[in-house]
Amino acid sequence: MVYEIAISVSNLTKKYDEQVAVSDATFEVPLGTICGFVGPNGSGKTTTIRMLLGLIKPTFGSATVLGHSINNPEKYLAQVGAMIEGPAFYPALSGEENLHVLATLGGFPGSRVMELIDTVGLTGRGNSKFKNYSLGMKQRLGIAAALLPDPKLLILDEPTNGLDPAGIHEIRTLLRELAENGTTVFVSSHLLSELEMISEYLVMLREGKVIFSGLISDLLEAQQSQILVKPEFEVDSDRLMEEIQSAGHTVEIKDGVLHVLVPENLSSEINRLAFAAGITLQSLTPVLPTLEETFFDMTGGQA
Amino acid sequence: MIKVLRAETRKLRRPTLALPTLFAAMGLTALTTSLLYLLIDSPSGNGREGVRVSAEQLSLSNGVVYSFQSAATLLGVIALCVFAAQTAQEYTYGTLRNLLLREPSRMRILLGKYVAMSIFAFVIVMASAVVSIGLSFALAADAKVSTALWTSSHGKLAIAHALGNALLSTIGFGTLGMILGLILRSPITAISIGVIWLLIVENLLSAVVKNADKWLPGMQLSAVATGGSLNNSYSRALTIALLYIFIGSVTAAGLFKRRDVTN
Repeated sequence: MVYEIAISVSNLTKKYDEQVAVSDATFEVPLGTICGFVGPNGSGKTTTIRMLLGLIKPTFGSATVLGHSINNPEKYLAQVGAMIEGPAFYPALSGEENLHVLATLGGFPGSRVMELIDTVGLTGRGNSKFKNYSLGMKQRLGIAAALLPDPKLLILDEPTNGLDPAGIHEIRTLLRELAENGTTVFVSSHLLSELEMISEYLVMLREGKVIFSGLISDLLEAQQSQILVKPEFEVDSDRLMEEIQSAGHTVEIKDGVLHVLVPENLSSEINRLAFAAGITLQSLTPVLPTLEETFFDMTGGQA
Repeated sequence: MIKVLRAETRKLRRPTLALPTLFAAMGLTALTTSLLYLLIDSPSGNGREGVRVSAEQLSLSNGVVYSFQSAATLLGVIALCVFAAQTAQEYTYGTLRNLLLREPSRMRILLGKYVAMSIFAFVIVMASAVVSIGLSFALAADAKVSTALWTSSHGKLAIAHALGNALLSTIGFGTLGMILGLILRSPITAISIGVIWLLIVENLLSAVVKNADKWLPGMQLSAVATGGSLNNSYSRALTIALLYIFIGSVTAAGLFKRRDVTN
């Protein structure tokens, strides 16, 4: 089957009694990309992921994964790897045995298990019982389980939880490699700076509703950039603020630095205004909003 | 279904589950058998519920399986615990979602699990039978029990019947455990309720309510294990037990198929 879209969600809704977990969610994830899936806790990310994997039945709406309706998960799950809400394994079995259980169930060769143990950096620890694993090791095993089918679509929910900076870097590199080899990665994370580094696309949820879906670059470009202006002498701050305001720009002072809400290409105009007022500038720094700032801005400051 | 069966077997054969369960079953059977022969002349009885079983009774062709039949209900309780734990743990560990990702057919998962656990129950029953029958032969001489009829064709038929009934009863108890595990989704709750019901509630009810022993599920399965009794025929006990199991299985399977997997 030919499809350009890995995930297509249309008006997907899930209600529990009177509580709406996901409301009319509509978005698409293009094939072969890394797409971030963000939102505050309880915004409906995990419920959406579970619906995509056939674990939860939607109350309303539809979705397709790799071209197949989510009503028929058996048609696409063999090509999908997923780790939802952290790794879940049998504590009394070793990491290897846990992977063997899933490999047997999915009909994957046993050799794949050892290959993945190495890929996720658990070499030499595969024989240890899962209950003795550290949080980071459990997370690595969860990623290994998700990679078992050599997936066309990889869905990961907070994959870097419990990993140290080196581990986070390894996972970031791994996801990039997978995407380069054609795997679509749909990844939910609270580490927005990480997502900003690896994702091209983004789906943002708030209170069960999709508030943005598309290219991250489009999202950031649509946000108000600002120029940080620091006069050489702090006594000039108020006078400079008046000059900029009289030119029709919005300014606020934080810690002695003027935050001027203008496009970055207006730096020269700000510089001229300061020069005309006889104020010397110590620094003039155009700043683009980060994904984290944009996230807080769009989700009303919820973590 | 074969893939599910093989995957489940990997879980069931883990040393921390398979060996203790097997030793517990064989130990209980050995204890029941030993007490039957060692206390043969005891005035307080040597059989279940203080019943006196004489050397003459044990010398009959079906005497060889008397102790094994007595232990069958205990094997059933063990099976109930194993089936309940193996089913409910998928919810408490959150591993059900992993299984359903690799095998989306919930009925195939359920059936594969059931067959794997039934094979496990078969191993337990067979191992216990070997222990019980072997000990019976070993202890018979000291208890002045003749083993001449045990090896006759009637004796062999009695062994075959006892094995079949014990297997049926054990898997029946296990099925009740699986039903509880699916409905309650917690191993501790499922096992507690199952064991308390079988060992305490049913005995209390049968003591205070007339003919309750003819209708209670655990008592029907115990009757199946012993080949029926004067009060409760084998075919009646089997029919009622199967009815309970059918209704319970359909309800639990329906819940398993329709429920959202949220943990």
